[in-house]
Amino acid sequence: MDQRLEALLQTIQKVLPDVDGIIGLKVNAAGHIAPHLFRKEAPAELDGLAIWPKYPTPDTLRLIQKAHPGAKLGMVVRGCEERGVVEMFKHAQVDLSNISLIGLQCTREEAEFCRCAKPYTAHAKLTVGEPIEGVPDPVTEGFLAKTREERLEYWKEQLVRCIKCYGCRNVCPQCFCNVCALEDEKWVGTGWLPMPLPPMYHLVRSMHMTAKCVACRECEEVCPADIPMAIQYRLIAGDVKEMFGYETGVSMDEKPPQLLVLAEGEFERTGLPH
Amino acid sequence: MEYKNVLTTCPFCGTGCGFFLQVLDGKIVGVLPDKKHPVSQGSLCVKGWNAHGFIYHEDRLKSPLIRRNGKLVEASWDEAIELVATRLGEIKAKHGPDSIALLASAKATNEENYLFQKFGRAVIGTNNIDHCARL
Ligand code: SF4
Ligand code: SF4
Ligand code: SF4
Repeated sequence: MDQRLEALLQTIQKVLPDVDGIIGLKVNAAGHIAPHLFRKEAPAELDGLAIWPKYPTPDTLRLIQKAHPGAKLGMVVRGCEERGVVEMFKHAQVDLSNISLIGLQCTREEAEFCRCAKPYTAHAKLTVGEPIEGVPDPVTEGFLAKTREERLEYWKEQLVRCIKCYGCRNVCPQCFCNVCALEDEKWVGTGWLPMPLPPMYHLVRSMHMTAKCVACRECEEVCPADIPMAIQYRLIAGDVKEMFGYETGVSMDEKPPQLLVLAEGEFERTGLPH
Repeated sequence: MEYKNVLTTCPFCGTGCGFFLQVLDGKIVGVLPDKKHPVSQGSLCVKGWNAHGFIYHEDRLKSPLIRRNGKLVEASWDEAIELVATRLGEIKAKHGPDSIALLASAKATNEENYLFQKFGRAVIGTNNIDHCARL
């Protein structure tokens, strides 16, 4: 067994007696992997404990907590999943007071697959694996090397392939609004493919991910058209850091800028750096 | 408290995308694409993403309906199949097998569609077989 998996199993076995269940990944008989709630009543299920491919587990926590608000749970989190639950907590989507986070540190190979700047956890008290540094994001760098005109062409070429499956929204753990602007005819008309320009679906989603996106790249992974939309979210996250000093997932108590009321004159308009 | 994912095949078209049904306390609460599925590789179209929507829908038919005196009334499968067989038999006897056509479905499996055309050709005796996508 993989060393990290073995260590994770041991940590889970240590935590399990003290909680109602632990959210992790499980492989089924056909070799397919999905999120699962491991419970002490079914210890044999831990034989199927898995770690990759990752899944949007912050949403699993939200689903379970909606039905069982007081449940005492453990949860295996990678860096992005931890950032995910932290931001969801700030937006009142999950309650972390009863949750023990088990931080699973990502490998270089995994981080490269994700083009991840932070493949490690920051809050979990229990951790498994050795944290590594972030890796470069050649896709975003390649985009930044383009001229303005080339960038416009690039997005036109990419977005014309969108089939409006809504997968990027559905899978995103930070997309949890009860009423979604992407289902509002005013912004995104039904019955149009390819999407008319400007691509309101994508512009609206980019705006709504401001100071929210935790860079898990589930949206890109789920996209049947391989659209590298996380480029936009990453660049916007850079702007948010520059303008408001805010980074998702870093602190438990710092409010995201969209939840703050800014005093007049406190911020100056600097112009967008990109 | 129980949460698990059950692997299944999308019921909407013949592509055969794979996804998990998220099951919370015995109730299906959502769809999650299967990243390791050889066909869909972690993606779905808008129909697959909403495939769980009809399961508990109040409009969902749970038994066959037979039109009696102009009104659709619930019936058993045996009754429904009996009626279809009798009526098809009558139509065939009166107008010949080519008065009947069969429209196969993308929602059915390959094997079901094979049986369906076999039924048309070997049992009814017609080559009038087409597919719902060309309706
Ligand atoms: S996005 Fe980063 S933290 Fe998340 S799985 Fe990938 S490498 Fe790990
Ligand atoms: S926008 Fe994409 S990368 Fe950002 S949190 Fe949502 S799914 Fe993850
Ligand atoms: S996942 Fe891809 S194809 Fe689907 S709506 Fe998002 S961008 Fe469009």
